Amino acid sequence: MKNIFEISVKGRKGFDPGEADENILEKIDKSLLRKGELVLPEISEFDAVRHYMRLGRRNFSVDENFYPLGSCTMKYNPRVNETAASISGFASMHPLMSYIDEASVQGALEVIYNLSFLLCEITGMKKITTQPYAGAHGELAGIMLMAAYHRKKGNNKKHIIVPESAHGTNPASAAAAGYDVVSVPVDESGDMDIEAFRAVIGPETAGVMMTVPSTLGVFEKNVSGIAELARENDALMYYDGANLNAIMGRVKPGEIGFDIIHMNLHKTFAAPHGGGGPGSGVVGVSEKLSGFIPVPEVIKTPGGMYGLNFNVKDSIGMLASFFGNFGVLLKAYTYILMLGKEGLVDATEKAVLNANYIMKKLKPYYDLPYDRLCMHECVFSAKKQAAKGVRALDIAKALIERGIHPPTVYFPLVVEEAMMIEPTETESKEEIDIFIEAMEEIARLAENEPERIKNAPAGMPITRPDETKAARELKLTCL
Amino acid sequence: MAKFTPHTDEQIKEMLEVIGAGSVDELFKDIPEDLKAKEFNLPAGMTENEALKTMKNLAGMNKKYYVSFLGGGFYDHYIPAVVDSVSSKPEFFTAYTPYQPEASQGTLQAIFEYQTMTAKLTGLDVANASLYDGGTALYEAVVMAVRSTRRTKIVVDEGVNPLFRRMLKAHIKNLDIQRVNIKTAGIKPDKEKMLDEIDENTAAVIAANPNFFGHIDDYSGVFEKASEKGAVSILNFYPISLGVLKTPGEMGADIAVGEGQSLGLPLSFGGPYLGIMTASKKYARKLPGRIAGETTDSEGKRAYVLTLQAREQHIKREKATSNICSNQALCALRAAVYMSLLGRQGFRDTAIINMERAGKLREGFKRINGMKVMSGVFFNEFAVEVKGGSKAFVNKMLAKGFVAGMPAGLFYIDKEDVLVVNATEKRTDNEINGFLAAAREVMR
Repeated sequence: MKNIFEISVKGRKGFDPGEADENILEKIDKSLLRKGELVLPEISEFDAVRHYMRLGRRNFSVDENFYPLGSCTMKYNPRVNETAASISGFASMHPLMSYIDEASVQGALEVIYNLSFLLCEITGMKKITTQPYAGAHGELAGIMLMAAYHRKKGNNKKHIIVPESAHGTNPASAAAAGYDVVSVPVDESGDMDIEAFRAVIGPETAGVMMTVPSTLGVFEKNVSGIAELARENDALMYYDGANLNAIMGRVKPGEIGFDIIHMNLHKTFAAPHGGGGPGSGVVGVSEKLSGFIPVPEVIKTPGGMYGLNFNVKDSIGMLASFFGNFGVLLKAYTYILMLGKEGLVDATEKAVLNANYIMKKLKPYYDLPYDRLCMHECVFSAKKQAAKGVRALDIAKALIERGIHPPTVYFPLVVEEAMMIEPTETESKEEIDIFIEAMEEIARLAENEPERIKNAPAGMPITRPDETKAARELKLTCL
Repeated sequence: MAKFTPHTDEQIKEMLEVIGAGSVDELFKDIPEDLKAKEFNLPAGMTENEALKTMKNLAGMNKKYYVSFLGGGFYDHYIPAVVDSVSSKPEFFTAYTPYQPEASQGTLQAIFEYQTMTAKLTGLDVANASLYDGGTALYEAVVMAVRSTRRTKIVVDEGVNPLFRRMLKAHIKNLDIQRVNIKTAGIKPDKEKMLDEIDENTAAVIAANPNFFGHIDDYSGVFEKASEKGAVSILNFYPISLGVLKTPGEMGADIAVGEGQSLGLPLSFGGPYLGIMTASKKYARKLPGRIAGETTDSEGKRAYVLTLQAREQHIKREKATSNICSNQALCALRAAVYMSLLGRQGFRDTAIINMERAGKLREGFKRINGMKVMSGVFFNEFAVEVKGGSKAFVNKMLAKGFVAGMPAGLFYIDKEDVLVVNATEKRTDNEINGFLAAAREVMR
């Protein structure tokens, strides 16, 4: 397909902003003006509409395709959330109005305040900051909170403990805030290896980052013991909320020893992924970290007015220009209002039901490294198929050919040829059965006609791309 | 109550039978009893109708002013209808990160084109797929400079948006970086001071054009010295202004960063926004975040992929160039649609109209008692000294239904009198005249 510069025709105009008087530029010294011509496409409005229509058709999306993408929680995005976020009273609000005239932004601040209140109840935390823009940003915020806490107490902390099964963002976030990373293996049941953990935790441990349930889809049974050991060493417990959707209404991280949590509103609370963002990685903290949260904090005054508090004594400062991805907060808030208590509990239950159903059905076909009840996702290994030359990546491509987005592959790293499957609660049994059938068929083909899979996918806009060439002969722009 | 789980009782039974569990509760038996939540105090759910009504009521509690002249780094530009139409296509907004290129050519090509347009706009060679916001782009650029120079000192002009500088301060707190702030001379950069501070230990020098007060300058000399000393030059830009202004590339910047909100994104009370980052070729492999690249598929056809992933956290873990995982893909898409729709001529014309609007307003201010229009060169935002303080003036104007601009004193303690006023292409003659009339009354 042509790129947008290739459909460009010299002299063609798309959008007319009105009369522009070039003479005005004479008021400015030439040395301050652009010399090089502005290189942008020259297309009509209709050209633009067609171009992006055609691009859209070259994408998979949740609306059209099943996305059992482990850890990513690709659930249905209710349309009313989009409507709510586009209400003009929210969408056209200048954020600096919160600095200039608090009275004029009461509705927006109330949304932030109420959403924070509900998220505190869901997680058992004391305070929430909505500033982090994404999960990884929430992690960074969390590590910054740890650092501020230890600095205040005069603790000499050097490293953060992360289980091997963690998302790559965990160690990267710890490093981005200046800590060393100590990795701990998982045992044969998928839990953190408690002996290995005991061997590395000590007075220099700043914190422990855990994903619960873990990225292996299992509930960490040792969590109390781990939290206990952390407490003894004044290390803070961090809860990676990527998998919060598995425990809503059943476990509150704040009640089981966690001090910090980030939540992915674009996962658990149904905001769309947008092709890779914007997300929202709001962070919750326990009582002992309440004095460290980012400013400004949104507060409710005794008179019932909402306002900004810049006076958080030990605040880590400002992580976002304003309140994070406010538009995403609106979507999550609308979602929580609609589902309420019963709906959130139901979402968790159906997510776990769907995942266990898939796990049971696929067990005869694929290797299951951790054979126990799973939570909202299950992890298979394609090692049986790999022995025949069909790797997890090939299975992924074969699924694409069948109109299904593949599971997360090669993650978690601790499972060889991993395939991490998260169906989410919004998929029906019928859709899931279609996926199961496809996976069964692929397993049979891997056994008997592996070549038919190794060349997948057919019928897509492209066949398999040359990724090595992309990295080696770097081409990052059309022109 | 709205609910999005499609399971019937019959199906739940069937599925539990397959699993071999007696009840849904049994599926949670791995959770130790003592860890279970005692209570879950959330309100009951609502119907879609009720939820939307609640949201509309909340939105209604936000006060709408007649007209706003507030900028401060975030601007009220016109958004062509096509931008909303494209970004509300579920093929884009309900898609996942394009890790599977065969199923994501649409998103990948859109990002690739976005990269091209932002690189060209800034006069530089390469761009990433976007970052969270302008402030994030700024501190990521600083971290990039510190890493690649292995130096620790950064020189920051105080004309850079104070919100971005606060973000920078927070984010580098735990890193070994020394920040030297260069006070502005009035509302203009003190370039002599900047030059003085650039030395063999300088990792980066950071300026903004236009600066927070709207003043336009040329940082070529500063960047030249930075280059001589082996430091990285970072320029924070305002996208719309580059329709006419000298580009970061033309000034010799190595990295350009900017808040992309003005490119077709609503103000939306602070987000989602768009962090634009472009750079000269030699920094291509050091960029943070996602990057789309062009390659060929197994049949030789053009194909797009996320490339240089070996820099990223999911591969490199603690050794990654940044901890950032996502980009603001949908916002980048909006910016791409905006730029391609306005195109070569429309983009330039928009910039010119902005200058003309703000120029008209600035002329009007010259004739108001107690107002002193500050000297400097401006694009669509300019500074005025207000007798009696800018905050008091803004408050009086609010009562008349106008947002008069940004009182600089909220961010600069020595600038209580300074008001920063903006006019975009959206401001009509009537609005400008009405505003000036109200201002005259207030200052009488």
